[in-house]
Amino acid sequence: MSEVLRVEKPGLFTTLQDLGRLSAMSAGVPTGGAMDRFAHRAANLLAGNDEGAATLECTLNGPTLVALRACLVAITGADFDPQVNGEAAPMWTGVFLSEGDQVGFAGRRWGARAYVAVAGGIAGNRWLGSLSTNLLAERGGMHGRPLAAGDVIIASGVPAGPTIAGRQLGPDDRPSYAVHTLPAIAGPHVRSLDSKSRKALFGSGFRVSRDADRMGYRLEGPTLDVTGDELLSFGLVAGAVQVPRSGQPILLMADHGTAGGYPVVATVASAAMPLAAQLLPGDELSFSEVSVEGALRLRATQRAALDSLKS
Amino acid sequence: MPAPRSTTRVRTYALGDAALLAELGTRLDTALNTRAIALAAALKKRRDVRQAIAGYASVTVHFDPDLVTHDALAAAIKRLASKRPPMAEPGRLHRIPVVYDGPDMEAVAAVLGLDAAKIVELHTRPIYRVFLVGFVPGWGYLGPLPEELELPRRQVPRTKVPAGSVAIAGRQTGIYPLATPGGWHLIGRTSVKLFLPDSDPPCLFRAGDRVKFFAIPG
Repeated sequence: MSEVLRVEKPGLFTTLQDLGRLSAMSAGVPTGGAMDRFAHRAANLLAGNDEGAATLECTLNGPTLVALRACLVAITGADFDPQVNGEAAPMWTGVFLSEGDQVGFAGRRWGARAYVAVAGGIAGNRWLGSLSTNLLAERGGMHGRPLAAGDVIIASGVPAGPTIAGRQLGPDDRPSYAVHTLPAIAGPHVRSLDSKSRKALFGSGFRVSRDADRMGYRLEGPTLDVTGDELLSFGLVAGAVQVPRSGQPILLMADHGTAGGYPVVATVASAAMPLAAQLLPGDELSFSEVSVEGALRLRATQRAALDSLKS
Repeated sequence: MPAPRSTTRVRTYALGDAALLAELGTRLDTALNTRAIALAAALKKRRDVRQAIAGYASVTVHFDPDLVTHDALAAAIKRLASKRPPMAEPGRLHRIPVVYDGPDMEAVAAVLGLDAAKIVELHTRPIYRVFLVGFVPGWGYLGPLPEELELPRRQVPRTKVPAGSVAIAGRQTGIYPLATPGGWHLIGRTSVKLFLPDSDPPCLFRAGDRVKFFAIPG
C-alpha cells in the first residue's frame, strides 16, 4: 500500500470501477464495474496489473492528479486530451510519472469515458467482492462516492507484471470506436415484435436520449410494437435491449436493474459493449444482427489484442 | 419404483454471447418457481457458469464462453431440468409489521369497491412466497396476491417512492427497499429493512422465502 496520486480536481464524475460483482446479482444488486471493459482491461495491462484491478472511470472530462511518488499510469478509452505537466501525453500507453508530475485533461475530443490505471492497482473499499462504486448503496470504491478534491489514490500492491513504461496498444488493436453500428444477437422475445418492428430494430437508426447513464440508455427512434401478454420477471444482462410499452427501446448498461419483465428483443455482443459505453446523448447508433458465433469471433479478436499486452 | 418422468420442457434463448435464458414456463406458479430456484442452484455449481439467477419461471445463466458453448450448456440445462426436482424446502418465514396508511389506500379502495379494513384483511391473509429477489437491491417479488386485490399498475409511476412502502400490482405485492421510482400502488409502510448493505447476502429476502404481513397501528 502506498499513496501514489493526489486528486486536485475530481472531474465531473470519476468513480473507481473494476469488473463488477456478478455474485451479488441474486440479491438484486447491480453487477456494476467498468462500462468500457476493453479500455479498463487494457489500461490495467499497460500498467502491469491484473485486468481486474480497479481503475478510475472518468466521465465526460478527467480529473487533475498529482504524483506523490514515481509511478506508472495508463490512460485509455475516450480521448479527453490527456496531458502531463501541460504537454500532450500518449493514450493507450504506459506513462512514467515522477514525483510532483501533474496529470490533467485539456478537453473532450470524442467518447464518454476514459480510464486511468495505476501500477499496483488502485485500492478502495471492497463491497460484496468488488471495488466498483455503487452510488445507490453508497458502498465500494472511494467510500461509495465519486472522487472528490483532496482524495488520495493508493496503489494496493506491488505491480503484478512488468512495469515497463512506453508499452502501447496500437490503433488496430483497439475496438473501432468511430463505428456506431452495434452487432447484436436476436433476443429471447424478438418474436413479440411484428415484422415491421423487427426490420426497424435491425435496420433503422436510433439516437441516445438525454436519459442515459450507467444504468442504461433510453433510445429514440422508430417505435417498436410489442405484442403478447406481459412477461413474468426474469434475470437481465448488460447489453440487453428491452422494449417497454412505449415502444422506445432501452439498452441496459453496467448498473442495470437485475430483473425485469419487458421483452428483450436483442442483446448487444459483448465485444461491442465498449463502443456502447462511449456513446453520449444525441449520438446516433444502429444494431446489426449477428449470430452467437459471429459475436464470439469479435470477442476472440479483442481477447487476442489484450493478450498481446501480456507477453 | 421408477421416478416419474418430468414433462417440463425447457426452452433456451441466447441472451448475448455469454448468457442464456432458460424458460421453464410462462405461468406464475409456485411449482415452476421451485424448479427454477433448484435449477439455478444446480447450475451455479458448474465451473463454466459464472452466475445463475432464478426468475419466476426461468433461469438466467451467465457463462464463460471460453469454457462452454451455448449449445453444450443448453443441453446440460435440459438434462438438469428433466431430473426430478428436489423436495421443496419451506423457505424462512418473515413476519412484517405494516401500518396500512399508504397514500394510494383510498384510491385502491375506490377502484376495487372495498373498504380499507377489507383491503387490510385480504392483504394480511396469505403467506406470500418470495418468487425472486431483484430489480433493485433487496426487492422481493411476493405473491400470489388475492384476486380481489388485483389491479393494474398506476398510469403514471411516481418518480420517488419512500423506502419501506408496501405496495401491490397485478397478482404481486412487495416492499420498496430504497427510495426509487415506482409504479405500484402504495397501501402501507414498514420499518423492516430489506436492503442490508453490510450483510452478505445484503438483503433480508431470498428466493423461496415466505412472508406474512401484520397490521399494526400507525
